[in-house]
Amino acid sequence: MGQSLSIRQLEAWYGTNQTLKGINMEIAANQVTAIIGPSGCGKSTFVRCINRMHETLPGSKVKGEIILNGESIYGQDPVSLRKTVGMVFQKPNPFPSMTIFENVVAGVKLNGMRNRQNLQTIAEKSLRMAALWDEVKDRLNYSGMSLSGGQQQRLCIARALAVEPSVLLMDEPASALDPIATMRIEELVGQLKSEYTIVIVTHNMQQAARIADTTAFFLNGELVEHGPTSEIFTNPRDKRTEDYITGRFG
Amino acid sequence: MINTRRNFVNKLMLGLFSVATFVALVPLFALLGYVIKNGITSLNLDFFTKLPAVMGMSGGGMANAIAGTLILIAIASIIGIPIGILVAIYLTEYDRYSWLSTTVRFTTDVLTGIPSIIIGIVVSMAIVAKTKHFSAFAGGVSLAVIMIPLVIRSTEEMLKLVPHAIREAGYALGISQRRIILNIVLPTAAKGIITGAMLAVARVSGETAPLLFTALGNQYWTHSLFKDPIASLPVQIYTYATSPYDEWHRQAWAGSLVLIAIILCLNLIARFAFRSRSN
Repeated sequence: MGQSLSIRQLEAWYGTNQTLKGINMEIAANQVTAIIGPSGCGKSTFVRCINRMHETLPGSKVKGEIILNGESIYGQDPVSLRKTVGMVFQKPNPFPSMTIFENVVAGVKLNGMRNRQNLQTIAEKSLRMAALWDEVKDRLNYSGMSLSGGQQQRLCIARALAVEPSVLLMDEPASALDPIATMRIEELVGQLKSEYTIVIVTHNMQQAARIADTTAFFLNGELVEHGPTSEIFTNPRDKRTEDYITGRFG
Repeated sequence: MINTRRNFVNKLMLGLFSVATFVALVPLFALLGYVIKNGITSLNLDFFTKLPAVMGMSGGGMANAIAGTLILIAIASIIGIPIGILVAIYLTEYDRYSWLSTTVRFTTDVLTGIPSIIIGIVVSMAIVAKTKHFSAFAGGVSLAVIMIPLVIRSTEEMLKLVPHAIREAGYALGISQRRIILNIVLPTAAKGIITGAMLAVARVSGETAPLLFTALGNQYWTHSLFKDPIASLPVQIYTYATSPYDEWHRQAWAGSLVLIAIILCLNLIARFAFRSRSN
């Protein structure tokens, strides 16, 4: 099941450059939350804070609090936190040295599961959830790199699902894909939200309108507005949101 | 008018490049051809199976030197390759930017340029003088010291080629850094790392100078890797080629041919054996 997130006074720096300024935000469980905003507004940094990936970059700094299911993520070991908070990246990044099967089970296998039978069950379940099983079931031993871009991205989603997270972060997961592959990813996001809390960064406002329950608009490191998607797009409270979604800038 | 000028200059430059390429290749093929021509006549089964004949006598072979060279390469590889790879992992995965890794990188570059004879003298002072024996071990260590910076540099380049996105994908799955390095980064870079290591091995297998002070060389089978001098092809070639005997000169050519063949094999293995694991 998905878990809820509560972000309190989150600030993040990259070197001396402050990329997030006092973000307060509630993310409900089992919903799709879209993060929109122009380039450099801090949306990627924001999701990368949720699984504590931001801290892995040299020169980065974080302040504030993120509460996952009632517990502060900064009190947890980052490596185990990332098993609860999975992530899918902008560019598909399957492990080049591994087969399709090995890619899917990489997370569980490298965390110690060796039982072949279990691994196979997990691989099939994850690939089915990522709507990729039918396309790859006959060639699980091929390299992950042999798949098309859209398939690679669904492979990466399957790989993230295999570790059974409760939150799934997606950082522009369809921006490197063609329209058909994008559509499949969007359908998938809609199906996955019954099991996961999904936070999706997107450049594409139509995409946010199509798939998100709530939408948050970021600008210059600040959260300008967060509300039900229909409200953000039809009746924004903030002038800046309106300017952005009507295409006046960005 | 302008076009004819451009075409003329184009042809002229192309001609110059071809001549330069040809000039660069001539010494290489001349050298190979000369060694083959002179070496092949003295090459026979005895050369590979027999010990050197008594001074000035005909017959005999370089079995001990061939085995010695292989032993020295093995010792150097066992010491040099793991150290080189581990240092490279430290430099790329754990500590890319600190003063320590900058210093190590700079030192590595300097070490690559140090003449091998100096490495031979230093290792000789450190090991031969201390143990009071010339030995295969001392020879292997001096070759390893030459190899380490080469392996570090080539491995580091290969690890840097592994996209950061791959490491991030591993982190995002909650995989520990140790597992990411061992099971994701190293396998991704494996082909390049092995190729680099093999080329470093090929590079040191022809080294002569450092062996003169450390392995010394001899005319018989070596029984201890730590207490006896050991023969090697480069040193044997040096000894034979500077002797006054025609028979030894011929054997030196044959030894050169065998040495080149070994190095060529190592290079070919590096290039082809690990080339394709793709499907």
